[in-house]
This record gives sequence, C-alpha cells and structure tokens, in this order.
Amino acid sequence: MLEIKNLHAGIENKGILRGINLKVNAGEVHAIMGPNGSGKSTLAAVIAGNETYEVSKGTIVLEDEDILELSPDERAHKGVFLSFQYPVEIPGVSTTNFMKTAINAKRKANGLEDLPAKDMLKMIREKSALLEMDRKFLSRSLNEGFSGGEKKRNEIFQMAMLEPKLAILDETDSGLDIDALKVVANGVNKLKSKDNAVIVITHYQRLLDYIIPDFVHVLYNGKIVKSGGKELAHELEEKGYDWVKNL
Amino acid sequence: MNKYTEDDLKKELETQEYEYGFYTDIESDTFPKGLNEDIVRAISKKKNEPEWMTEWRLDAFKIWQEMEEPDWANVNYPKPDFQAIAYYSAPKSVDPNKTLDDVDPDLMAMYKKLGISVDEQKKMNNIAMDIVVDSVSVATTFKKTLGEKGILFMPISEAIQEHPELVKKYMGTIVPKTDNFYAALNSAVFTDGSFCYIPKGVKCPMELSTYFRINEGGTGQFERTLLIADEDSYVSYLEGCTAPARDENQLHAAVVELISLDGAEIKYSTVQNWYPGDKEGKGGVFNFVTKRGICYKNSKISWTQVETGSAVTWKYPSCILKGDNSVGEFYSIAVTNNYQQADTGTKMIHLGKNTKSTIISKGISAGKSQNSYRGLVQIGSRAENARNFSQCDSLLMGNKCGAHTFPYIESKNKSAQIEHEATTSKIGEDQLFYCNQRGIDTEKAIALIVNGFSKDVLNKLPMEFAVEAQKLLEISLEGSVG
Repeated sequence: MLEIKNLHAGIENKGILRGINLKVNAGEVHAIMGPNGSGKSTLAAVIAGNETYEVSKGTIVLEDEDILELSPDERAHKGVFLSFQYPVEIPGVSTTNFMKTAINAKRKANGLEDLPAKDMLKMIREKSALLEMDRKFLSRSLNEGFSGGEKKRNEIFQMAMLEPKLAILDETDSGLDIDALKVVANGVNKLKSKDNAVIVITHYQRLLDYIIPDFVHVLYNGKIVKSGGKELAHELEEKGYDWVKNL
Repeated sequence: MNKYTEDDLKKELETQEYEYGFYTDIESDTFPKGLNEDIVRAISKKKNEPEWMTEWRLDAFKIWQEMEEPDWANVNYPKPDFQAIAYYSAPKSVDPNKTLDDVDPDLMAMYKKLGISVDEQKKMNNIAMDIVVDSVSVATTFKKTLGEKGILFMPISEAIQEHPELVKKYMGTIVPKTDNFYAALNSAVFTDGSFCYIPKGVKCPMELSTYFRINEGGTGQFERTLLIADEDSYVSYLEGCTAPARDENQLHAAVVELISLDGAEIKYSTVQNWYPGDKEGKGGVFNFVTKRGICYKNSKISWTQVETGSAVTWKYPSCILKGDNSVGEFYSIAVTNNYQQADTGTKMIHLGKNTKSTIISKGISAGKSQNSYRGLVQIGSRAENARNFSQCDSLLMGNKCGAHTFPYIESKNKSAQIEHEATTSKIGEDQLFYCNQRGIDTEKAIALIVNGFSKDVLNKLPMEFAVEAQKLLEISLEGSVG
C-alpha cells in the first residue's frame, strides 16, 4: 500500500525528517509514537503533501505510484486521508456542504458522476450514526465553535464519508474524553478492512487500547529508532520516552 | 435554475478572462463627444421630450457646471475628461414600433452571449426584463401580464411621455439635482433607465429585472431608475450590469430613486459585473452611482448588492427612514481583485420613531486591490427608539491588498440603540491545505470559503440570482492565489 524510503524533509533548510523508512500493507494498522518534536506530525503532513515542508530526499510510493510530485488534492483523490490534529474552521460552510464538495471532487477525479443527493443523504445518515453524531451538527459551520472532541469526531466522520485507502490519524486522541475516545476508536475499527490501512500517530498508549496496532514504531529526532508489535507501546508507557533517546 | 451543475461551474472556472468582454458591432447612433447646453437639448429632443423635461435637464446642467468632482472617497483614478465622452449612443436599428422578432439579429446574439436571451426570458423564470444596451431600452417583456395588475414597468423615456404626472411628482425628490456631482450630471444627460410603479395593495407577482450593458466605446452610461411602491404594495427588483472589455475607462453614473409609501416593501437587488480592467489595471468602468430610497410609515426598503466588477466603484445605496416603524436594510458583498478599487457602503437616516436598520457588509479583497466600507448611521432628534445593527466583515487574500472600514455614527436621540461589529480575516494556508487534503482543489476551495463568508448576504438574493452571484464571485477571484 504505502512504502516510504529514506525520506528527508524539513522547513527552510531545517531538517525535521532524517531518513524515514516505513512499509504499510493493506489491512494493517501502524502506530507511530514518539516524544514532542520528534517529527510525527511532519511525517503526516508530508505524506498528505503539505507544501510548507520541503522534501529533499527519498520517495513515497502509494500503490506502486510515486506520489511526491502530486498535489495534496490529487493525493486525496488517490485515497490519502489525514485526520488533523488541529482541524481548521471554515465559517459559513456546513459540514454537509463541505463533504458534498469533497466527495464529488474525488468522484470527478476518478471519472465518476456526482453522487446523487439521495445517496449522499443515505450515506450521511449511516456514517453519522456510526459515530453517534447529532445530525444537527452537520448543518453547522465546519468546526466553528466545536469543542475539541467534536472536532475530532467530525474528522473521523469525514474519514468515514471519504472511505480512504490510507488514513493517517494525527493525535486524534488529544482533547478527547474517554467516552468520546471509545466512540472514535470504535468508528475507526468499523472502517478498517483488508483493503485499507491506518497510521495512528499518538503520544500516548491510551488510544492503542482501543485501536489495536499490528506494528508500533518509535520516532525520535526524525528517524524511526525502534519498531515492534503492540507490546512496544506498553513498554514505552512504562519506561518513558527518555528510554528511546538512549537507543 | 436547476440546470446549473458542477460541470457548468468547472467550465466557467476555466475561463480566465472577463467573460463578457466582447464587442458587438451593431450600427450605433452616437452623438459627437463633449458636453454643453446644445448636447443636453439634443438628447432631450432625440427622446422627443416635453418642454418641462428639457428645462429640468438644463437646470441640472447648470448646477453640474458649478460643482466639483468629489475626492473624499478612498479611491485614486485619473479624473474622467467629461468633454471626451459621447453622451448618447443608441443601437440604430431600434424602432419602437417593431416587435421583438424584428430586433437586429446581432443584438439578439449579444443577449444570447450574455445568457439573457429575450425569447427565453419571456417563456421562463417569471422574470420581466427591461434591457438597456448603452442608453436605450430595447425590449420590455411581460408588459401585458404586469399591465393586468396595473403595474407600470417601462423605460423611463416612455414614462416621461405616458405618465408625466408620476415622473414629475417623484423624479429628483429623493436624489435632487444638487445632491452630488454625478447625480447632477446624470440629471442633465440621462438617456434611459427604468420606471416602475406598483399600485396600492398590489404584490408584484414576478421579479422585475433590468439588464444594463455598455457597448459602444467612449460612451458613458447614465441611466436613471425611478421605482414607486404605492401603499401596502410589494416589489422585488433586480438589476444586472456588464460591459465589454476596453482599454479606456468608461463612465457609468446612474441614479436610482426608490419611494416606498405607507406599508409598502421594496427589495432591490443588484449584481454588478462591469468590466474591471485587465490584470495590470488598464481600462475598466468607473462606477459612480447614487442610489437612495425613502420609507414612509410602516414601510421597508431592502438593498442587496453583489459588486464584483468596475475599476472604481463609488456607491452608497441609502435609506431615509422618514415614517414611523419603517425598516431599512443593506446587504452587500463587494469583491475587488487585481487593481480594482471600491468605496461602498450605505447611509441609514433615521427620522421616524421606532425605525430599524440593518447593515451587513462583506468585503473581499485580493490581488492589489483596495476595498473600503463607508457607512453612516444617523439618528434624528425625533427618532425615538431607533435601532441599528451593523456588521462589517473583511476577508483578505494575499498580502498586497487592503480592506478599510469607515463607519460614521451620529445620534441625536438618547433612546437610540446602535451596534457595530467588525471583523477582518484572511484566507489561511491552513484552510486551503485542509480543503486540498479532502480532495478540493485550490480554486474551488477559495470559492467555498468565500461563499461561506458571504452566505448571510447571498441568502438575501432571489434564488436564481444567488446562483449567478456565486458563480460571479468565483470568476472574479480566479487566479487570486498563486
């Protein structure tokens, strides 16, 4: 599904990622953990194509295609989805309208007609139920006045609507109380299939009790310094991040 | 219109240049350039006007000669040479006795390009339309249907002939000849425009619409609109404007007067898309317009405008709230891109008791443009319990444009309640990336954000025009983010 080789990236000559190698197969869940400033969010942004970051070396291949030259929207059309750590507000644009625009843009890029309104509504109904969302929410301006938890739930709702091949969840657990965390994790688990893959970026082990990863990677100083199974997350929780600094 | 789809939108987004920038080669009957008493007389004679009208014009001309062009607005432009403008230009093939079928095929083709084919207009949409190309009203549709209700909707030149009592009674009462430089000029040389009268208690069953277009080079368009809503009547009126792309600046100095008698309601919507000049700021229309309405007891006037065109805009649709319990509203979206300059807003003059006004202004600036809101809220000493709410929001794109707000508040009555809110925001890279990440390209993302920003005002437009206005916003802002 996704193969990253020797990826170097940064902002204005300041290197942040210093040689990332990562292979994610369809059907897998990978967790990326690491202390603050280790490059986790940068990795997510670079995969999604954020032009704030400059890629100086390496490749990102999605389903046998090098996507580094593609714009963020083209990557999205190919099935890349990023759940933002800090979702932005768009005043006056409802979540429904936003999703309708996004879904039809993606369909168009893939040579499909607009999704009929009837099907769109049905889909909205199903997916909002999956995330136990009040549908009144969807007519409100996107993320405007939403609480932290509501924003994150809305991100996963969008993921459900867009049905990505590769979903990257950037600190989706931050700002969520335990009930909301369960709902969001449950949503992600239901969306998981043998055909898609999920990368969970998190600081804490907590989320991984609900979204069980197949692999855990520890990112430090722009490099993956240790990889393992789900037990690695527990080990990290016990020993703290100072441990990886000495690896 | 249901026909409008995302595909149409896409197609339109591919058109980079001013869409209506073609010139139709119809033989025009144009006066020599320049302005003097003889030209004023000649215009009047050409229109076969009665003596009182000629005198009215000459009086205005005298007043104008003694006035100076105002320069207090936050705009910079080379002052037009008023002797280099032709003050009358009519498509030659117009003959009032001809039916629509006889209209010059070139002219019809031009309407088609504008997407306002008259035949179509007749059949669909419930919109009566009076089209002014340069200065003469060419075709008025729906006259009969309106006639049955006693509604008068016709070119003002016709009204001067057929209903002189109404024209005499109201013209120049809301915007006097002495009001300002451009209003005086318009009063002297106006060549056409629309006239509308809604009788007592009548609700106009359709949207009334006028389409203005400047075609001939080196001409000015000076149209004059007079709209009278008699007691307890209702009318919704829309004007749209376009002009072909030209290197020189063209002048547009219109006057609109609205009279809303006791219990009446007038909804006046404008979609202004005059040629804005090219990317280097060359050419474009100077749009210097005086629009004002008066509200008598329990009546209402609502101005809605979407201003996307013109090189320079100077325009303040206003309400004089004379009668008790009367209501004035102003909803505006003004978009400036490249080198456009807009200084626009409103005046709400509260004279009666319990009068209410609402102002919502959305300014969007891109490129190297300057966008100013200028508004006056004035509460007279006898206006007990007057209320005003104003909201002025500015959206900036890029870092070379400007947004300015000049609110003036004058209250002579202690019971007045006046609220003013203002915000300035910028389309952020983070917002664009968020949209991009969901698969929405940058052009579309800007359109989405701008439409969201403008929603409160777009909602005030009649449905069909809201769709058109949304498309216009997108076209106007193309290429504004690199």
